[in-house]
Amino acid sequence: MSDGSYNIYICGVGGQGIIKTSVVIGEAAMKQGYDVAMSEIHGMSQRGGSVSTELRIGDYKSSIVEDHKADMILGFEPIEVVRGLNKANKDTKIVFNTIPIVPSTISQTGEHYPSVEDEIIPTLKSEYVDVHPINGNQLAIDAGSILSLNMVLLGALTASDTFILSKDDIIDAMKNNLKPKFHEMNIKAIENGYNAVKQ
Amino acid sequence: MSYETLMNGEKGDKLFLLGNEAAVRGAFEAGVKVAATYPGTPSSEIGNILSVTAKNKGMYFEFSANEKTAMEVAATAAVSNLRSFTFMKHVGMNVASDSTMTTAYSGVKAGMVILVADDPSTFSSQNEQDTRNFARQANIPILEPSSPQEVKDMMVYAYKLSEEIELPVIVRTTTRVSHMRGPVTLGEMPKLEEEYAPGEYWPRGHFEKDPSQYVPVPANALDMHTVLVNKIDALEKYAFDSELNKIYHFDSLDAQTDLYGNYGVISSSSAFNYAYDVINKDNLGMDILKLGLSYPVSEDLILDFVKDLNGIFIVEEVDPILERAVLAILGENGLDIPVYGKRNGIFPQVHEYSQDVVKESFNLVLDYYEFTEIEDSPSIKELKESIPLRQPTLCAGCPHRSAYYSIGKAAEELEIPESEMIYASDIGCYTLGISPPYNAADYLLSMGSSIGDGCGFSKATDQHVCSFIGDSTFFHSGIAPLINAVHNNNKNLVVTILDNRITAMTGGQPNPGLPVDGVGDEAPAINIEKLVEAIGVEFIRTTNPHSIRKTIDIYKEALSYDGVSVVITQFPCTLIKGQRKRKKMEIQDNCTKCLNCVTELACPAISIIDGDVVIDSNMCFGCVACAQICPEKAIKAKKDGE
Repeated sequence: MSDGSYNIYICGVGGQGIIKTSVVIGEAAMKQGYDVAMSEIHGMSQRGGSVSTELRIGDYKSSIVEDHKADMILGFEPIEVVRGLNKANKDTKIVFNTIPIVPSTISQTGEHYPSVEDEIIPTLKSEYVDVHPINGNQLAIDAGSILSLNMVLLGALTASDTFILSKDDIIDAMKNNLKPKFHEMNIKAIENGYNAVKQ
Repeated sequence: MSYETLMNGEKGDKLFLLGNEAAVRGAFEAGVKVAATYPGTPSSEIGNILSVTAKNKGMYFEFSANEKTAMEVAATAAVSNLRSFTFMKHVGMNVASDSTMTTAYSGVKAGMVILVADDPSTFSSQNEQDTRNFARQANIPILEPSSPQEVKDMMVYAYKLSEEIELPVIVRTTTRVSHMRGPVTLGEMPKLEEEYAPGEYWPRGHFEKDPSQYVPVPANALDMHTVLVNKIDALEKYAFDSELNKIYHFDSLDAQTDLYGNYGVISSSSAFNYAYDVINKDNLGMDILKLGLSYPVSEDLILDFVKDLNGIFIVEEVDPILERAVLAILGENGLDIPVYGKRNGIFPQVHEYSQDVVKESFNLVLDYYEFTEIEDSPSIKELKESIPLRQPTLCAGCPHRSAYYSIGKAAEELEIPESEMIYASDIGCYTLGISPPYNAADYLLSMGSSIGDGCGFSKATDQHVCSFIGDSTFFHSGIAPLINAVHNNNKNLVVTILDNRITAMTGGQPNPGLPVDGVGDEAPAINIEKLVEAIGVEFIRTTNPHSIRKTIDIYKEALSYDGVSVVITQFPCTLIKGQRKRKKMEIQDNCTKCLNCVTELACPAISIIDGDVVIDSNMCFGCVACAQICPEKAIKAKKDGE
């Protein structure tokens, strides 16, 4: 990061708009003249699996973020953030949506979904310097639709002091990627996410 | 990014493209006229995009029945003077290989490119095989891009090369190249040709007969092999001069790295990216020879690069192919330079690399940093251990679930123990039947293998053999083994054709069972039932698998039948858009919490929340399977239906 580069790890569940979010960031970075490499893992995401992307902005050839080298973890779902922690170090900024998507299999396997309020948030806050849990679902609904959850998280990302792109860069790239009739709602969602972290 | 930009973006425009999108743009820039594929991840997006763009680009495109047919379509187009493109996942090359080998003997007139997407670390495959072996076996040159920009550029380069040497060219990607996104500067598009006849959208070539070149009867094949070997020998010189093979120079910045500068790296594909980043960030000052055209290997190029080195790192994923080539060159030239690769255990022999892997491997030789494992604190460790897995599952309403449930119940009612049921599975979403409670995958080799495996098991054992194969996979490679089963009088073999009206696993491509072709035009649908009947199967039953009782009874009959039985379960994949809305289900007050619906059906829409069984209306598809299996009749359609 000190050398003008930025590594982002984005994680969540299939259908949450993670790939689109990552493409918007990547395009915004490209427009600002940065080199950018992004990795997306396709596969069984439509069938309820985890989804993650990795974005490296700066002088890199590879699209994979090294272990413990992410500047930012942008989480769409709480336990997926926990699964992505091998990318984090103490100073990694963690911005995430606190609303769980409970894996459908736990009723059969007898596994337990940990409490977000009592277990996940306090543990993350005690171990990492910069943790921002936000109620992304609610902020998206406030903006007009749950479908704008990914834009809420994009806005939250741009609120980070160290992030190398501005909110306006992101809004421009969003406009380039999504239908005009959704622009107003998406801008509202981006603002909601931004304000939730800035507060 | 819309496909409009991909199709019509102008020279010099910069787009943020997926490797597979860049391959499509490369095909457009090269003026490809015929393209054919069978879908397979990580190459699937190429076909998905061509299915909606080819017609506008004067290109014939088809989803072929399998990769071998796709290869044959491309090969014949190329000898008819039309540039052709076929693409597949790495295991698709196994299916295509029979014709691929001979395509190298016959050669091409117009350029032909075979893009093969390897999958190190098996993100979506049954093995990690390395396509670079095929290039060597077939004597076909291979290009290895490392980024989306290189994918596009190498596609264009490959067509020029293919026409110069009159051979097909393989472009080999890996998952990390096909599914990498990066900036791509577009090149020039060719002008689209003439107007086509009504209803046609691609130009026609002409095939000039020459049996001595195109018909490998033994007498011809001898000469054809000589011609091929001579072409590859000539290409070695070409590889020496090729702009695709280049040296990335890193300056040594201090006394320490000056030492490392006596080492060099030879690399290709995605592995190059990791080597580059480690050397760049850690300031190692080692040069990299990147081989974009990696077969044939230019001996002079390698000798020039290594001559003053004290040691050579070979950074390549999967098989030690470059490593063996470099060792052979060193041996033939009497050079005693240590080679650090997979053979001496410096680099791992399996799985994809990363910067972390490459760094540790460099360090085994250079010993330049103290490796310290970053350990999780006890609370993080505990948190990580506490989270549930998130496994992919069959979707709510998936017809495969009801098929698996029904055959399990049929066996139970016939008192056949689980140990006496052999489930020969196949490649598709239905492989997810491996999970409990279905446990319906016991053996699997490859596309279409379920029926051939069933043939073997039914001869080798007295157990009940149940083969499960999807509609697309059946068309791909299930027909010949079904003929085999009938002809060889197989007993105790129940073949289920899971006809969900789509190629679901790879993202919903059409298959020959549907009345549309690869570009959405009307096409004759192949009737599975009639096909099976024509093969001579006497026991054929077609059922909606969500009619649970009926399906159980059919399976009971099939499991008791003395011969080959075929059950066709017909219900559309829930991911197909535009289906009629069905009523959602809900749990009634008379639920006794027997949990049959949770533990035996295991539909992801049904879960236990605070001790109660609950159906998630957002997820419920309305397939009604749960209502039928509930012993208390405590699951009914919601009154308002929503």
